[in-house]
Amino acid sequence: MREITLSQAVNEAIAEEMRRDPTTFLIGEDVAEAGTPFKVLAGLADEFGTERVIDTPIAEPGFMGIAVGAALTGSRPIVDLMFGDFIYLIMDQLCNQAAKAYYMSGGKLNVPLVLRTNLGATRRSAAQHSQSLHALVAHIPGLKVAMPSSAYEAKGLMKTAIRDNNPVVIFEDKLMYNDKAPVPEEEYLIPFGEAHVKREGTDITLIATSSMVQVCEAAAEMLAAEGISAEVIDPRTIVPLDEATLIASAKKTSRVIVVDEGHQSYGITGEIAGRINEKAFYHLDAPVLRMGAMDVPVPFSPALEDITVPTPEGVAENARKLMSGEMIHAA
Amino acid sequence: MADTKTNTEDYMRMYRQMVRIRVFEDNANQLYLSAKMPGLTHMYSGEEAVAVGICEALTDDDRITSTHRGHGHCVAKGADYKQMFCELLGKEEGYCRGKGGSMHIADQSHGNLGANAIVGGSMGIATGSALSSKLQGSDDVTVCFFGDGATAQGLLYEVMNMAALWHLPVIYACENNGYSEYTKTEEIAAGSITARAEAFGIEAFTVDGQDVLAVNDLTQKLVARARKGEGPFFVELLTYRYHGHHVGDINRAYYREKEEETIWKESRDPIVNFGKWLSEEGIASAEDLKTMEDEIRAEAKQAVDYALAAKYPDESEVDMHVFAPTDPATLRPGA
Ligand SMILES: Cc1ncc(C[n+]2csc(CCOP(=O)(O)OP(=O)(O)O)c2C)c(N)n1
Ligand SMILES: [Mg+2]
Repeated sequence: MREITLSQAVNEAIAEEMRRDPTTFLIGEDVAEAGTPFKVLAGLADEFGTERVIDTPIAEPGFMGIAVGAALTGSRPIVDLMFGDFIYLIMDQLCNQAAKAYYMSGGKLNVPLVLRTNLGATRRSAAQHSQSLHALVAHIPGLKVAMPSSAYEAKGLMKTAIRDNNPVVIFEDKLMYNDKAPVPEEEYLIPFGEAHVKREGTDITLIATSSMVQVCEAAAEMLAAEGISAEVIDPRTIVPLDEATLIASAKKTSRVIVVDEGHQSYGITGEIAGRINEKAFYHLDAPVLRMGAMDVPVPFSPALEDITVPTPEGVAENARKLMSGEMIHAA
Repeated sequence: MADTKTNTEDYMRMYRQMVRIRVFEDNANQLYLSAKMPGLTHMYSGEEAVAVGICEALTDDDRITSTHRGHGHCVAKGADYKQMFCELLGKEEGYCRGKGGSMHIADQSHGNLGANAIVGGSMGIATGSALSSKLQGSDDVTVCFFGDGATAQGLLYEVMNMAALWHLPVIYACENNGYSEYTKTEEIAAGSITARAEAFGIEAFTVDGQDVLAVNDLTQKLVARARKGEGPFFVELLTYRYHGHHVGDINRAYYREKEEETIWKESRDPIVNFGKWLSEEGIASAEDLKTMEDEIRAEAKQAVDYALAAKYPDESEVDMHVFAPTDPATLRPGA
């Protein structure tokens, strides 16, 4: 199968859906001629024109609000938010307006809108350009949240997001834009709420999102060499969450580590660990571990930044501890 | 050029500060291109007269807020090369102990409240700093630097309204360099920029941002008036950035003509033109200026070498400074 980059995959998905549905349009800062600073949208303005690939001033709440209004009235906007960190600027439009319109109108109005943005540290971009803020929006009922872990997921999830009748937030890892993966030529969509078992195993389950899937695959490889069989599962969407697959795996292996790049406290890892605790407790041989980013603003200095995020070595080490029973009485 | 400051020392300091910015940026650019500097950075070269003309009209107690393109403001407000280069390289001795980097660089001890990676992110901060001056009965003035692109942020209009209602000692300094990332200003800003401030009854001015004396003259007058409670003010400074939007923005012909860059560099350079004026007025010979520049370049080289060899923060610093300590004694009832 051909291999393309995550960036190309996103570009293809959007182009295909824009060809398919004339009510779709793209809106954001420097999306048209520049194709975004990451060049992900390069060429789309040539094909669809600047009527449907719309450059905006640096006015995030403004263009987000305009997109919500357009979505309420027959359009299907794809909003480009240059950095995930800017989500704070649009929180009212996203969480008070887009997320609640369907519910508050008793099902009479809906907001078919995609917000594509990014996450991920270790790019030396400091505290305001490195955050992974998906937990903030996953907390709000009415928003769906997708987290592609490779080019394949990026394409399939984006196409589903554009056809979904609700506001969907997609977080791409900005360090993965140039990573290649096999992506079929023929059309495919990835349904929301279907986890993907990336690697089967019997001793321990590693549940991971976005780039942490790669981290856990590397950890699983290290563990395999030591005779520990790790299963790696990518939920792909955290809202909706494919609880059944996660619980089944937890029951099978009896040990779970949840790995995510958001801050560990009050984050995705705690939520998933909580659900496993509730529904697989009597099958567990060890406490469910959470591994998130450290609870600190992301520091600029490479010497500090690299220790704030989970690594394959760190995951493997915790897996070993769970296997040896060392953490059962850790408290 | 406007002949306003009569003090030779002041002229020479302004020239010196502009050269210090240019030389700092040359070195930062080099560090980045040779992969010695991590992250992303935005060069201030070409806009030196703006930061220097304004900051030379301020005292150490006056405050500024800066932007993603913040090295120039930092130098102009009195920062030291060594600690700045250490910050750029993420070293422990940097102004922010390596935690901030290029986009958050600031010498806090000289009244710099921080560079900001969020466009428009400092408008509230600058206005709040001016409110502090008023509440505390001090006559300190705050200057809020931001770009033309940042005028699209709604926050500006909320805070200008309050600043005008409350007569706050703040000067909104809009550095109009003609571009907002890869887009020309006229494509992202409808109508007149100064009229935005005037709508709130704020006196607004447009000044040649390549003319350090014109910038300094205007700022001195406005600062004096702001100290007396006649603020706020708004200044649009017409200027130009020589490099790309960020250091990686090399192929930019699709949004900006090479010819345009050449014209600004060759005929409007704030340092060259001020240098010529200094010679014409007999204040400093071309030779004097060259000697000064050589000294600054030597100082920069030393600072860069120092920073390259300096140590990174210890790993234990990673969760230091998340919360500021509060003295428990202050928490007792009746304390
Ligand atoms: C809220 C926010 N939106 C977008 C960006 C990305 N960005 C960084 S600089 C910039 C352009 C700023 O233009 P301007 O204000 O004119 O300043 P200049 O870069 O020209 O100095 C943009 C869009 C950002 N950092 N913050
Ligand atoms: Mg600008």
